[in-house]
Amino acid sequence: MSPAAGQIAGRRNPWLRSGLYLTLAVFAFLYIYPFLLELGTAFKTETDAVGNPTNPLPHNWVVSAFSQLGNQDFPRWFTNSVIVAVFVTLGRILFDSMAGYALARLRFRGRGAVFAAIIAVMAVPGVVLLIPKFLVIRTLGIYDTYPGLIIPLLADATGVFIMKQFFESVPASIEEAAKIDGAGVFRIFWSVSLPMARPALMALTILSFQGSWNDFSDILIAHENPSLDTLTTGVGRLVSGQLGAATEYPLKLAAAVAMTVPVAIVFFVFQKHIMRTGQGALKE
Amino acid sequence: MATRQLALPARRRAPDTSGARRGHRARRREAAAGWLFTAPAVVALIVFLVVPIIMAAWVSVSDWSGIGSPFSAGVHAVGTANYAALLTQPGLPQQDLGMSIRDNLYYVLLVVPLQTALALLLAVVVSRKALRGRGFFRTAFYFPSVTSSVAVSMIFLFLFADSGVVNGALGFLGVHGPQWFTDPNGLLHMIARGAGIRPPAVLTGHGLLGLSWWDWLAGPSVAMVTLIILAIWTTSGTFMLLFLPALYNISEEVEEAAIVDGAGPWTRFRRITLPLIRPALFLVLTLGLIGTWQVFDQVFLITQGNPAGTTLTPAYLAYQVSFGSQQWGQGAAIAFILFGIIVIFTVLQRLVLRERGSVTQARGRGM
Repeated sequence: MSPAAGQIAGRRNPWLRSGLYLTLAVFAFLYIYPFLLELGTAFKTETDAVGNPTNPLPHNWVVSAFSQLGNQDFPRWFTNSVIVAVFVTLGRILFDSMAGYALARLRFRGRGAVFAAIIAVMAVPGVVLLIPKFLVIRTLGIYDTYPGLIIPLLADATGVFIMKQFFESVPASIEEAAKIDGAGVFRIFWSVSLPMARPALMALTILSFQGSWNDFSDILIAHENPSLDTLTTGVGRLVSGQLGAATEYPLKLAAAVAMTVPVAIVFFVFQKHIMRTGQGALKE
Repeated sequence: MATRQLALPARRRAPDTSGARRGHRARRREAAAGWLFTAPAVVALIVFLVVPIIMAAWVSVSDWSGIGSPFSAGVHAVGTANYAALLTQPGLPQQDLGMSIRDNLYYVLLVVPLQTALALLLAVVVSRKALRGRGFFRTAFYFPSVTSSVAVSMIFLFLFADSGVVNGALGFLGVHGPQWFTDPNGLLHMIARGAGIRPPAVLTGHGLLGLSWWDWLAGPSVAMVTLIILAIWTTSGTFMLLFLPALYNISEEVEEAAIVDGAGPWTRFRRITLPLIRPALFLVLTLGLIGTWQVFDQVFLITQGNPAGTTLTPAYLAYQVSFGSQQWGQGAAIAFILFGIIVIFTVLQRLVLRERGSVTQARGRGM
């Protein structure tokens, strides 16, 4: 059906079609080229990086920047980043979708107040909370521990907001049918509503993983033990400590590549899911 | 949690059969579930957001020096002194705040509309079923959003270096590129200078928050432009992702009916797509507005507020004042002022969108 529609549109308006592909080509270039440069420069020598900045291909391929990085605590930082990102993502998916569902569907006293509080909390600048958050983490005795890195990141008003918005955009008729059939609230949520929310859950998964993987400030204030450093705080310290003044583009960009690769892999895995979900939604 | 929830009805199933009672019981069960479902999120938000906010509120009206607990006996309330130093007393703190608000305002005014428009454009294009290789394009556009601010900042430092990629490309076009990260000149001032306009005394003689009106009208500095480009490049993919589910939910029948009726692409976009994705648009604008007023990472990693304070933002200033200068009270006060700004802007945006919504609906009914 849709290819037909596309053909109609294409036949009626060839300008639209060529304009579409031109727009795509320009933007694709602007979005991809910087990453090609990042990748290429990471394998360059210092002089090559400064002398030929616009050429993504190194004159001589060298891995000295990466071996410099390898001398650091990279494996440990990587492990810590994985631990934090996985637990934060799983926790947020469960808690955010439950809260978002309740706020969108269930009638209970205080619902309006909870939602208003979540909106208010979303607007609070996170930076002011760094020191007080640090004090709370200390008071709870989870400073310099994994729970101290993970639990504060589970407080995610934005995710609740996203899930609430999504559940509100889905018609309640199927849930009503399940309710008439006598299914309990949790069962309806788990086996009816949640599967319908897959596009939003995928978005939430990517946002949560990416957010916790890339988080710098919250991780920084939750520990001082270097063995708890994640990739962001580890690389951040490395960069601010040793590279601050010098240019050293190959080393800087090698660090950027090394911390991007894992999250890129996760992203590509989920990207397939997003496409499948999207196409499924289209077929319905 | 699952077992507890499923056990509830079984335990209470005993005698009652009347429909009214069952309805009442169902409502109570729903209320209990509502609280149970929201409890984990609410507890986490209270402990790690609400409690810290209360502590920060106290610090903003205290003389806490960063040593020991802010609630210990040696810490005194100083009333509105911290706020007064920032808002009403002429001096360096007031001027810094004025600059940070100006710089951030230009950042918001440019980033929010551009990133929203770009995100929507990319989403509309990429969601077309007839498009070849849309998975590839979607990946390309979303990828900067996946990358950490640390990595992106390093890429931009490289791209916008004095003899870097961007200036190389500009040189190819015959344009002599600026020193991006060290040029404090405001764009509007540069245009005014180019047009031969001298700063009028009316604007230089008076001002607000320690800045003359002429300085307020400087526009974003060249250095700030790099941060603006960075923000748009990084975030439009995230927001494209939020537009996509809404676009997929638009039924093809409606779209095809409009095509058969002879509606052009622009009409279809305005009359069908835009009204149907309003919740997503609202979400994107809200998140964009809140996010752009909190810009911190890039400032911290790339410019530290320089050159000449033209990339200062309230979020970074609050950090600098408290962590750097140990003025915790003032730092917290700046953050609360920023909070006020965000609330005002969010409310304004809500009002504007609501009005537009009712106009569109009225038009739709008239058709």
